[in-house]
Amino acid sequence: MPVPQPESPARQLRCCGASGCRSAGGDALLAALRTACDADATEGLTIKPVGCLRLCGRGPLVACDGPEGTRLYGAVPPERAADLLAAAREQGAEAGGARAALESHRLDLEHPFFRLQRPVVLETCGQVDPESIDDALAHGAYGQLRRVLAELTPKQVRDEVRRSGLRGRGGAGYPTGLKWDTVALQPPGPRTVVCNADEGDPGAFMDRSVLESDPHRLIEGMAIAAYAVGADRGYVYVRAEYPLAIERLRLALQQARRKGVLGRGIFGSDFSLTIEVRVGAGAYVCGEETALLLSIQGQRGMPRPRPPYPAQSGLWGAPTLINNVETFSAVPAILREGGDWYAAMGTEGSRGTKVFALSGAVRHTGLVEVPMGMPLRTVVEEMGGGVPDGSAVKAVQTGGPSGGCIPEERLDTPVDYESLLQLGSMMGSGGMVVMGETTSMPVVARHFMRFSVNESCGKCVPCRAGTVQLAELLDRFVEHRAEAADLERLEELCGMVRATSLCGLGQAAPNPVLSTLRWFRHEYEAALREPSHCEPPDTCTVGPDGETRGYAP
Amino acid sequence: MSVVTLRVNGQEVAVPAGASLLEAARAAGVELPTLCHLEGLTPVGACRLCLVAPEAGGRLLPACATEAAEGMAIRTDTEELQRYRRMAVELFFAEGNHVCAFCVANGDCELQDVAVAVGMDHSRFPYRYPHRHVDASHPQFALDHHRCILCTRCVRVCDEIEGAHVWDVAMRGSQCTIIAGLDEPWGDVEACTSCGKCVDVCPTGALFRKEDTTAEKHPHAERAELLRRAREQHQWSNQ
Repeated sequence: MPVPQPESPARQLRCCGASGCRSAGGDALLAALRTACDADATEGLTIKPVGCLRLCGRGPLVACDGPEGTRLYGAVPPERAADLLAAAREQGAEAGGARAALESHRLDLEHPFFRLQRPVVLETCGQVDPESIDDALAHGAYGQLRRVLAELTPKQVRDEVRRSGLRGRGGAGYPTGLKWDTVALQPPGPRTVVCNADEGDPGAFMDRSVLESDPHRLIEGMAIAAYAVGADRGYVYVRAEYPLAIERLRLALQQARRKGVLGRGIFGSDFSLTIEVRVGAGAYVCGEETALLLSIQGQRGMPRPRPPYPAQSGLWGAPTLINNVETFSAVPAILREGGDWYAAMGTEGSRGTKVFALSGAVRHTGLVEVPMGMPLRTVVEEMGGGVPDGSAVKAVQTGGPSGGCIPEERLDTPVDYESLLQLGSMMGSGGMVVMGETTSMPVVARHFMRFSVNESCGKCVPCRAGTVQLAELLDRFVEHRAEAADLERLEELCGMVRATSLCGLGQAAPNPVLSTLRWFRHEYEAALREPSHCEPPDTCTVGPDGETRGYAP
Repeated sequence: MSVVTLRVNGQEVAVPAGASLLEAARAAGVELPTLCHLEGLTPVGACRLCLVAPEAGGRLLPACATEAAEGMAIRTDTEELQRYRRMAVELFFAEGNHVCAFCVANGDCELQDVAVAVGMDHSRFPYRYPHRHVDASHPQFALDHHRCILCTRCVRVCDEIEGAHVWDVAMRGSQCTIIAGLDEPWGDVEACTSCGKCVDVCPTGALFRKEDTTAEKHPHAERAELLRRAREQHQWSNQ
């Protein structure tokens, strides 16, 4: 069953209104287009604000739809609004001229960046107006919720999700179906669903884009999950640093309540659900599930030992299902097309598609959704276009401060949970930061360690005090003061912090050091004896020298 | 009462269902070092000294916060655990300003005791000498943050046993600090009943009575457990 396409007007201009394009002047462009359109009284041309059009680095982006297909324009200044309008109009001398004038702004939709994408989570991202539930409904939103409530038992829903092989997209990759079953099969009583939208990894903006572009998809996914596990209450925990996402999500929830998609007796069934937004206060650790739950409860966000897992005892002691934005957002498509359809994409252990936020030293910066198992090289070099100055890629950082750096010679590795773990990195939530030859690896490691120092909650000693010592040891390498014993001490302390920290944040904090030690040990060794061959820190694409950018303690 | 049996360092031991691995280890005659844990208070698993290794592999478990399960087999004394414990104690000493020579708790300090137990005679990590302060605003007691190891026993005893919740943790990471009330001087916090339980359970010289000077603090960490038993099981120690 294809995505129901609304009777789209023959001609429309879709303007990206997500954070990336907004910061590049998307608002001004949209306003200019509307003014120009009003002045023109152009018939049959709609100007539609939409979500992310993927190539964030070339914003503001505008897609121009017409019977002859779609053309995408990037980095369009507001002064070109009239040209865009003319180009969007029917073929004619004027349109032809305007198109020629815009040719330098035109982006090739056949470029691998677009061509190799396989949108599932993002299938209507950039198509729907994120602020209009009517538009979302016209694009099929809540269709699966309606069908599920009418036709499927909760168990059938869970079976379908289990069949899809979907794994948690927050980073750890826990099988989603299994988690749903664990919550559903707890002793009778109230249950809660929680969406983790506390996307905090530097270089990760997938969840933000989903929230800003297609919030109804998330709400539908959560509602289906709530039905499947028997919950009647839901929370979306969003970080405060995402004001636009919060605004759009709140609006979407309000619209959903008005339409009766949330509330009592949804779609005439006896299923009821309320969803609330909880805004974080700027702590990275609140992305850790037990800390997140405490934060929702109004307490200090500090992880606690598991078990009990939230699936057994979560929010206010009730069994709680916690999934990430992307996980929930994959659910409507899985139910529409079937679990087998989803499982047919990707690899044996990692099914389906994954959204990545591609940034750093790469020509095409933005959001890509690709089947799992695609070689990293394809993502970085073909889709991303490699390093802007044409030099070689040195490494790709995945998984943020919990992940690691994958060296160029391993870029042919397929992107899936297990392969990335084997390389000493991890899938993480989907941030992918490309690093060029000028990047110094000890500086990168120190950058992430300082992040962990600053974001440690301070509960357990390995993370609270161990990361501080690690950052100090890394200082010695960056500043070429290190001795041979420091390398040993660095490795030993990394091992201790990894093995003994209480939560995932501390356990994974040494990963950026360990992975760079594994693949770029010579840079650490060079720092022992003589000045390293690396460039000074201020020329690095990632990892400022640490005193700035908000990460330094 | 149902019972679970498990193996600690190869030795079979039976404990009541619901008991922790720490209790199981003790039942097997194995002493594990602890700092944040205190009988009578909710375990938090923060100091990581009581970590044990499941024989089946997998992550190390905090014995205080892990329930003993039927058929489990754990080791408490592997070479790796010993190294980690020593490093944890080194980290504790390096992150604060612990100068035993003129500390009120010298000779009766749990941090000192674990240092002896794990064989830590110096820290290989550089001492950080943090700038911290002393709150002597309370008429009877004082809090010297230099000696605080953030075990949160004071927070828990005040909340769970005294019911006053005077203490809490503020800030994060290495900036974490114990605060009284809404980060007020202790003496200004009206909720404080001056019961002294926090002083009694503090494992170091951070919380102390003002009349005590060097090596004169003698805490009563068992007070939390005695009170809890009195309340919940109506057993008093003087009966």
